[in-house]
Amino acid sequence: MKRRTFIGTCATALTVALSAGGALLGMAAAPALAAYPERPITLIVPWGAGGGTDATARIVGSLLEKTLGQPVNVVNRTGGSGVVGHQAIASSAADGYTLGIATVEIGMMHWQGLTQLTHTDYTPLALMNEDPAGLQVAQDSKFASAKDFLEAVRAKPGSMKASGTGQGGIWHLALAGMLDEADIPPQSVPWVPSQGAAPGLQDLVAGGVQVVPCSLPEARSLIDAGRVKSLAIMAKERNPLFPNIPTLKEQTGIDWTMAAWRGIVGPKGLPQDVSDRLIKALKEVYDSSDFKDFMNQRGFGMIYASGDQFSNFMSESNESLGTVMKAVGIAKQ
Amino acid sequence: MILATEMVFQPQVLFTIVMAALFGLFVGAVPGLTATMATALLVPVTFFMEPVPAIGAIVTCSAMAIFAGDIPGTLLRIPGTPASAAYTDEAYAMTRKGQGEVALGANLLFSALGGLFGTAVLIVAAPSLAEVALKFSSFEYFWLACLGLTCATVVGTGSPIKGLVSLLLGLFVATVGLNNPAGVPRFTFGSVDLMGGIDFIPAMIGLFAVSEIFRYVLGMSPDTSGAQTRVGNLFTGWGRMMKQYWRQSIRGNIVGTLIGALPGAGADIASWVSYAVSKRLSRTPEKFGTGHVEGIIESTSSNNAALGGAWVPALVFGIPGDSITAIVIGVLYLKGMNPGPTIFINNPQDIYAVFLIFILANIFMVPAGWAAIKSARLLMRVPRNVLMPTILLFCVVGSFAINNSVFGITIMLVFGLLGFVMEENGFPIAPTILGIVLGPMLEENFVTSMIKSDGSFAGFFERPISGTLGVLTLALWVVPLALFLWRKFSANRVSPHATRG
Repeated sequence: MKRRTFIGTCATALTVALSAGGALLGMAAAPALAAYPERPITLIVPWGAGGGTDATARIVGSLLEKTLGQPVNVVNRTGGSGVVGHQAIASSAADGYTLGIATVEIGMMHWQGLTQLTHTDYTPLALMNEDPAGLQVAQDSKFASAKDFLEAVRAKPGSMKASGTGQGGIWHLALAGMLDEADIPPQSVPWVPSQGAAPGLQDLVAGGVQVVPCSLPEARSLIDAGRVKSLAIMAKERNPLFPNIPTLKEQTGIDWTMAAWRGIVGPKGLPQDVSDRLIKALKEVYDSSDFKDFMNQRGFGMIYASGDQFSNFMSESNESLGTVMKAVGIAKQ
Repeated sequence: MILATEMVFQPQVLFTIVMAALFGLFVGAVPGLTATMATALLVPVTFFMEPVPAIGAIVTCSAMAIFAGDIPGTLLRIPGTPASAAYTDEAYAMTRKGQGEVALGANLLFSALGGLFGTAVLIVAAPSLAEVALKFSSFEYFWLACLGLTCATVVGTGSPIKGLVSLLLGLFVATVGLNNPAGVPRFTFGSVDLMGGIDFIPAMIGLFAVSEIFRYVLGMSPDTSGAQTRVGNLFTGWGRMMKQYWRQSIRGNIVGTLIGALPGAGADIASWVSYAVSKRLSRTPEKFGTGHVEGIIESTSSNNAALGGAWVPALVFGIPGDSITAIVIGVLYLKGMNPGPTIFINNPQDIYAVFLIFILANIFMVPAGWAAIKSARLLMRVPRNVLMPTILLFCVVGSFAINNSVFGITIMLVFGLLGFVMEENGFPIAPTILGIVLGPMLEENFVTSMIKSDGSFAGFFERPISGTLGVLTLALWVVPLALFLWRKFSANRVSPHATRG
């Protein structure tokens, strides 16, 4: 028993040490591209283990592993509201052995002056997911619709607080942009920064804040538990998983949409053959039933774009985010 | 229930649990690899498993990892996981006294008992406990963080002033980076690495382990290899400890489960609080820090009980109780076991199967832990001049692995030097670690509370739970001070002779 466990421990030790070392080796080895990929690939996640981005990266990683026939190591490079991880993707060697999952924040951080990085520092590969913002209130809230909510804000600015992400985060912008569009000063609903949607939602139920404009998959468990209700989603169409929740435009006539997205990118200047191979593999991953099942189970929205399409998507996202951030005074002047 | 038993007692389920246990033991025992990381590494594997073994693997792996963190902490003064940091010094002191086996035996026994207690609470009281946990807003968490900081005055040995300096140092370290409520970079000097803040794990490895290596290199470390070679019979004194310290064990279990159930606090904080409570309420507080098993029992009970507690809000409301359950919630959705009150109604056999695995995992911890400790003992036979470089190697791997960046190693070395200098000058390092852990929680909850209450301090006392916690905290701070002043005052007024009559 004793001996066997010790050997078992050693074996596991070796495996872990090897996978940890994999990232190092990846950087050291020469980029010989005889038949890409010929060694393990690293996929960088700018957000923590356990979140939606992490989960998406891990399913993409494990399916990509099957398609490409090489191990894909998912590593979390967290911190600095995503700056650290996005920087790590952009500054890795452009040989196709280090990729990353970029998120909507790439079009936000530079407006705030946190980094010089923009979407042009990456080779776009494939957009995989988009989740629109919703407008969530506590179940016992007096509001029955987004219209009620907006009128209450207009009548008594500052009486309600919102949370669900950090200061200037995507859901903060969603709310501020909506208010701006409704001709209400965005500061009328002060933002309470939080570490993410889950703590924000908990605070909503605890009565600490009155509205959380996060995405529906994030609010799902509390909606199902009957603690939180969603008044509207900030999208062009209703979510098939929540057919009863109207869009903001249906309810209020305000044509405002905002969504968080996630896509796989490489550092700038990936060789053409490598990016072609990756785009083909990612398309296979996107079309696989494993990926579809995963996204549906989690309630994550699916959207696909590759190459130039994805590039245009990021560029549009970047522009519209910049406009809102300037309007609400979050952008650095 | 019978269905659930059938689901669990299947060869492949049991095999998965055993493999996950070994994996958890290993990851927990390597400094820098946390229980959270072990769970995250398991996730891609669980994608292709049935629901019950998938959840079972995570449950078992995390319980083992939290226990295994005690092994290197006790034998080498390197806490394997942050949850072990609270009593690392105490356990290492026991090893130096040649009582390593007692410390590890206590860790094993009370970890398993704590885990079982947490599970029992989860089974019996999950829905109602979750209701309470959900009432906690930033106001309540602010007071909890304050209570936690109070622990610093208790956990540190030596002069209170030096303890305070050490705590403030920890709080300062916690301010570095971008992860503050306003999202403003502080003390980053334009470095992208510093923007991410100073990672707690490499700092902890540096303060504890690397400082010890420095001491060894400089020939200032007492040679203790003789005392450590014997691990002996682990089960020595289990009966006696149970009899003597059952109160500590139960108190640790309760505190651990409650703190674990709060979404904003987990096993790390539970372990610190329990250690401080134990010292505070002990009849022999002077023995703490010298290698005394009492505090170890209470906090090791607590950190394993917290694991079960963390599942309470996760299962009932889909709100993570800690970073491990944050991952678990994702897996639950994937497996169609959507968290929510209905999880107990729809497919109850699934959830009972998970509970059964909780119980099995904590029972299996005893033989598996025994084997792990026995093999870890081999380490002790290794000569120190071979062992020390090996430890350094593990420290480097662990610090690198936490964020896959060389910057982690830099942090480790800087904090190793800092820890060395501090300890050589009589500054305890435990309060620094507490400061790093609680700093962000304190600041974030203070700032967000002030925003919510439009800048009014009254908000901290307006809510029932918050008000109670606030009064309690202030009482803890003010009463000892008032008593001290009162005694001084009366001693001055009444002559020493008169007090006798």
